[in-house]
Amino acid sequence: MRISARMMAMATLAVAIGVASLLAACHSNAPATLTSAVSGANAAARVYVPPGQKDEFYAFFSGGFSGQVSVYGLPSGRLLKVIPVFSQDPQEGWGYDEETKPMLQTSFGFVPWDDAHHPELSQTNGVPNGKWLFINGNNTPRIARIDLGQFRTEEILQIPNSAGNHSSPFTTPDGKYVVAGTRFSVPVPNRDTTIASFAQTFKGTLTFVRADEPGNMAIAFQILVPGFDYDLGHAGKGVSDGWFFFTTYNTEQAHTKLEVNASQNDKDYIAAINYRRAEACVAAGNGTTMPASYDHNVLDDRSNAAHVERKTSVIVLDPSRCDGLMYFLPTPKSPHGVDVDPSGEYIVGNGKLSAVIAVHSFTKMQQAIASKSFDKIVDGIPVLKYESVLAGEVKSAGLGPLHTEFDGKGYAYTSFFISSEIVKWKLGTWEVVDRTPTYYAIGHLMIPGGDSRAPWGKYVIALNKITKDRYLPTGPIMDQSAQLYDISGPKMQLLLDFPTIGEPHYAQALPASLIHSVKFNTLSENANPWAVKTEAEGGISRQGRVVHVKMAAIRSHFSPDNIEGITVGDTVYFHLTNIEQDWDIVHGFAVLGNTDAAELILAPGETRTLKWIPRASGVFPFYCTDFCSALHQEMQGYVRVSPAGSTVALSATIGDRPVGGDRMAGMHSAVAGGTAAGGPQ
Amino acid sequence: MMSRLSRCLLVIAGVLLAVSLRLPLWRIALTAPQYPEGLGLQIGAGTIAGAAPQDLGNINELNHYIGMRPIDPGALPELRVLPWLLAALAVLALVAAALGSRRLVAAWLGAVVLVGLAGLADLYRWSYTFGHDLDAEHAIIKVPGMVYQPPLIGTKQLLNFTASSWPAAGTWLAVAALIAGAVALVVSRRRVSASASAA
Repeated sequence: MRISARMMAMATLAVAIGVASLLAACHSNAPATLTSAVSGANAAARVYVPPGQKDEFYAFFSGGFSGQVSVYGLPSGRLLKVIPVFSQDPQEGWGYDEETKPMLQTSFGFVPWDDAHHPELSQTNGVPNGKWLFINGNNTPRIARIDLGQFRTEEILQIPNSAGNHSSPFTTPDGKYVVAGTRFSVPVPNRDTTIASFAQTFKGTLTFVRADEPGNMAIAFQILVPGFDYDLGHAGKGVSDGWFFFTTYNTEQAHTKLEVNASQNDKDYIAAINYRRAEACVAAGNGTTMPASYDHNVLDDRSNAAHVERKTSVIVLDPSRCDGLMYFLPTPKSPHGVDVDPSGEYIVGNGKLSAVIAVHSFTKMQQAIASKSFDKIVDGIPVLKYESVLAGEVKSAGLGPLHTEFDGKGYAYTSFFISSEIVKWKLGTWEVVDRTPTYYAIGHLMIPGGDSRAPWGKYVIALNKITKDRYLPTGPIMDQSAQLYDISGPKMQLLLDFPTIGEPHYAQALPASLIHSVKFNTLSENANPWAVKTEAEGGISRQGRVVHVKMAAIRSHFSPDNIEGITVGDTVYFHLTNIEQDWDIVHGFAVLGNTDAAELILAPGETRTLKWIPRASGVFPFYCTDFCSALHQEMQGYVRVSPAGSTVALSATIGDRPVGGDRMAGMHSAVAGGTAAGGPQ
Repeated sequence: MMSRLSRCLLVIAGVLLAVSLRLPLWRIALTAPQYPEGLGLQIGAGTIAGAAPQDLGNINELNHYIGMRPIDPGALPELRVLPWLLAALAVLALVAAALGSRRLVAAWLGAVVLVGLAGLADLYRWSYTFGHDLDAEHAIIKVPGMVYQPPLIGTKQLLNFTASSWPAAGTWLAVAALIAGAVALVVSRRRVSASASAA
């Protein structure tokens, strides 16, 4: 007994000490803390753009839920400008003044916000040309066109028979079309029906919008497609020119708990559309003209005023009436991005829940169509055999592939959301050659021209969804982060990290030399009916309860600057013209207590109109809100508001001299002549 | 009879075990690219809690993607038993010190080792069940052949997460108690042997 007790004690002690030392040793094997240091040598010098010098690239980042587009310089990561698009923007008075309010009109009424996802540069022969930038509104389906001379939104076209305009506005290489595909299928035409009837009554539409003529964007046709979620798209190019590819998910056609129910199928589809075939079928009269209600808003670049045109019909093409229009390419696990390599041969499906990246071959697709290598037919649309169209699979590359861009040197770069990295792989061999972490949870990535026929493969930008600890903390919501990597060598090198505005989904970039920015608008060409070309042309006129004040803004005064004869309850329109003809001499205009608009911000040579309904009598100052000149603080004036029914005479003066004088009669006829070109209603 | 030193060691062992009741016994740490700060689970005698108060909820939320059932401390019966077992072992150490019984000390050592091994086996069993028994129908991320059992001890990659599992303060105190008890037994044996040879 003594022996056994002693042995037990010794054994226990030995085991305890052994375990303790083992555990202590194991602790040193714990994973090292992730490093986030720059990987490029002389990173600072490689992104440093000295004062006075300019960046090599313009980059256009979508604002996501901000509804806008932000413009950055690369490689410095400098924010150059925020261009208001779908959301009212007090910084430029966008959507507040009478000239730009019509831009945010829809068939639903005034919708002053949207969720802007994918900027798309206009192309010529498959290469960005620097003329325009298109961007989609996801929530209330719209496509906007931004002029890249003015850096201003000049056209917005609403898309009917659509919901969740996500696979948009990707362009064809010739710039003829931009597209709009429905992320959320809906009853077409939309009507009151049970949600449970999804599989029977809900449809998707793939819309082709003519986009090669500014001011005349128009829906060429809509293709009525099965009720799936159409996620992203890209046009074919080179060998695949004339085709368009859209990813689908929710081919399960779930209408609830999609997180689970739309993740069941091992493969969803990439829809391949032969849009030249669609053109032929529509030309042959196989489309149906459907009643629809949607708005087309155009900002006239001479009057700087927008007008709304209500459209009432759209041509819809059913694939059953157009043989050879559409095929499905099986693609693993809810593919997100579909990206076509610069040659047009490879169609990359980024299956976000897939362990592999599936790459389809356009040549094999053509052969599969010719030999009718069909797996099955879904809603009349042939599903090609996976093996018949597959060029190769990139295996074990990462977790959660979302998007792929190309460097034009034979490599592809894919973003992986879950494993938070960019993986570089070789086209043709499908081997992974490099990987680099992103901070954190990358969504899109962007190489300048990286989805075009001829990428400028110098940098890749990671557009991340989660920021956390990258910058000084700013409370529970951090702005999204972006990282810039040099990809000119064999290894990606992290150079720069910077916060962005809103949530950039996609971005596009091109060499700065391709952009021709306007310095000012020529005053003599200003066609706004309320414009003044000289200070003396200002004035005031009344038509019932509506008062129009025409005013010139020039350093450092308004003309007129003293207004009397306004009464409580009048609707007053201040028509301001910035008569400067000098680059970046901007004036603003605001009135105390105005509940009917924000401010005006006027580019040189431009006219804009502020609405104001005074609710109380008194004297109200107005002033210039943009520090324009040495005596900017003196750029101010007063409006006298008298009680309703007052007989105070209408007057508009500067320096005790009336402005307008005997032109008043002319003013009245101009008022009576109406409210054209976005004039006040 | 046992020496004063042995009795003191046993009292210390009892106190260490009692203190370990209130401390985490095991710790599972998770880091991922998106979680540089990490998430953690602390397993105590009667509790499973997040390393930070929100961690358990966040871990359960992440686990739903792979179809893992939620970790609900209230649903694990062992967590109701283990505190009483540890408390009983602590009391037993004190009783052994009071009685000065070497047999009781030997029995206590055996019991502590048994409870420890049973605890480890139970931890392995639960982590196996959670890692393997996935709800295939509701799992969103399904990687063929992939299971999500964290290691019992050590580090393992589970998709984007690096999972590390290590004993925590409570276990170290229990090991210290075990060592103290074993030393008490050895020291008293020498004393017994010495007095026997003197006689």
